[in-house]
Amino acid sequence: MTTLPLRDAAETPLGSDRPRRIKLVRDTPDRIFRAVATAGGVTVLGIMLLVGTFLLIRASQALHKAGFSFLTTQAWNPDGGHFGVAAVLTGTVLVALVAVVVAVPLSTCTALYITEYAPLAMRKLLVLVIDLMAAIPSVVYGLWGFFFLQSRVAPVSAWIATHFGWIPIFRVDGVDSSTPLSSMTVFTGSTLIAGLVVGMMITPVITSIMREVFSQVPLGEREGALGLGATRWGVIRSVVLPFGKGGMIGGTMLGLGRALGETIAVYMIISPVFTIQPHILQSGAISVSSLIALEFAEASHFGLSALMAAGLALFLLTLVINFAASSVVARSRSGANS
Amino acid sequence: MEERRQTSGVRIGDLLSVVGAAVAAVALTAVLGSQLAPVHGLLANVLIAYVLFLVVYAVLVWLDESGPVVWDRVIAVIVQSGAFLLVLALASVLVYTVIKGGRAVVHLNMYTHDMAATSPVDPLTNGGVLHAILGTLVQITIALCITIPLGITTALFLTEVPGAFSRFVRTIVEAMTALPSIVAGLFILATFVMALGFDKSGFAASLAITVMMLPIMIRAADVVFRLVPATLKEASLGLGAGQFKTVMNVTLPTARSGLMTAIILATARGIGETSPVLLTAGFTQSLNKNPFSGPMVSLPLVVFEFVKSPEQPMVERGFGTAVVLMALVLVLFVAARVAGAQDVAKRARRRRRRAAAVARVRSLISRSSDA
Repeated sequence: MTTLPLRDAAETPLGSDRPRRIKLVRDTPDRIFRAVATAGGVTVLGIMLLVGTFLLIRASQALHKAGFSFLTTQAWNPDGGHFGVAAVLTGTVLVALVAVVVAVPLSTCTALYITEYAPLAMRKLLVLVIDLMAAIPSVVYGLWGFFFLQSRVAPVSAWIATHFGWIPIFRVDGVDSSTPLSSMTVFTGSTLIAGLVVGMMITPVITSIMREVFSQVPLGEREGALGLGATRWGVIRSVVLPFGKGGMIGGTMLGLGRALGETIAVYMIISPVFTIQPHILQSGAISVSSLIALEFAEASHFGLSALMAAGLALFLLTLVINFAASSVVARSRSGANS
Repeated sequence: MEERRQTSGVRIGDLLSVVGAAVAAVALTAVLGSQLAPVHGLLANVLIAYVLFLVVYAVLVWLDESGPVVWDRVIAVIVQSGAFLLVLALASVLVYTVIKGGRAVVHLNMYTHDMAATSPVDPLTNGGVLHAILGTLVQITIALCITIPLGITTALFLTEVPGAFSRFVRTIVEAMTALPSIVAGLFILATFVMALGFDKSGFAASLAITVMMLPIMIRAADVVFRLVPATLKEASLGLGAGQFKTVMNVTLPTARSGLMTAIILATARGIGETSPVLLTAGFTQSLNKNPFSGPMVSLPLVVFEFVKSPEQPMVERGFGTAVVLMALVLVLFVAARVAGAQDVAKRARRRRRRAAAVARVRSLISRSSDA
């Protein structure tokens, strides 16, 4: 890169000292480099816009036919013209909410343990284990949920349903309360179990974000609190948590985004239903991505565009959550320089 | 860089209260469960014992400490048990899979055969997942061949050619990281397979994985490039190097370890994804070396299909395949750690140490030859 002053300094009369205009002359390798880099950017932009527009165009076929009822219908029969995302979107959100409710307390505890309580050697080991678990494929979590967790959670679900069945979301229809252990099949394949598995999947992700944020808490503030006589919990409550609040919210929302898009683990566990199922303990659940995995093989041309519309709805939901997460993180003290 | 002081310490009294509270909680639960109100199920009993433990422990601490200290101790117990619970659950994911899959992975034919001549009821000494291992490697290689050059070029574009346009590209890329992986698969299914008329194949699966991985890779590489100190780049420019020379001699070498980590972690994500492959690769039981024609399976897809079978050997094979997949991810993860630990300063330090060692050995030799 070479810069040339346009006018010589001597030509400028004294007293009128203005910044010189600088002309940038790039040599050939630089120009080629910038052209190649820009070409890469344009290509990627093209691919991404192609995916987006294609989804929009194909989805609009189905959306055009279904109209507003796409958001309110609880059935999936695109070739009969009767389909909508009311049930699947609600199901997705329910599974993701269960996942977040399970994951956030566990992640907070683990992240706090790693940064505040654990001895140094333990800290390194835990960080390694959590990062590794974040890389384990979701199909493995699905296996664990289906073969290991399901049969162990069903009795607990039964117990909750018998004792707390009066709370609407814990109600289970078709179970005889006098013989609560008679049949476990009404408790398998439920939103709760799918949510637990997805929760296990997103916990490592949330934990590593929270740990990162907690470890950035300024030492001075920490030791200031200690010097004023705070206990360890006092330090956490008055310094660590306020500092890490933005990162905690951001990490949770990123986890929520992952939970909404999860396919295989949910698909392996649920028994699909196409009505809104607000009873999280009862067998029968659905999510957008498992709907796609379930239906794509038999879908007609129009059925596929209906699936695209459902996928687009999910994409928009995740998009909103991701952008909200990044704006929360960017505005917080802890995330300002990340 | 300030070091954080270790402020924790254990007193014998604290330890004794924990042990005492635990004993009391177990005893109380036993009395409660057997005499007062019978509670069924191990889990419910554990939960009751835990709550009792917290209460007894709080009372014990309260006997000789002030209010804030009681809170501190109780919260410490809750935090530590939460962390313990998570580690236990995550460990059970790994241990359960390894135990269930252990019977399948010890047979060598698991790695050298495909399933073409094996029926679901055949014993584990028959058939294997060679086709899936090969499929995974081929698909991820094709995906990486597209993703790495395109991803790094785009990340360089985002950092080196700033402006309104690159800001726009960055926003779009960030938005696309929200694309659910199954929708990426659906896109390739609708365009490449249905609209363009190609068969479901390994190449289609690679394209789906590429669409999914590309935004992740660009974002990670962009973060890595932004972490390169501006002073280094300015020093290079100040010495008269052009932008291209600066990128080649300063930016890329400094970011190398971070880039390697980004690539390897994106690879691990790509290998583990089932849903895009499920939609685009088709399914086969036999070995297919050609990614451009015929169905080609990958490891996660095979796990998913095998465990759907009602036959016990197939389920065990599925778990065995999951173990193979996890081992592959583990290898990548360790590679990422090793690559991430390398940086310019560390390499320089190691070189200096090696030079010093060589000098010491030389001086030893020369001294011994003198004597």
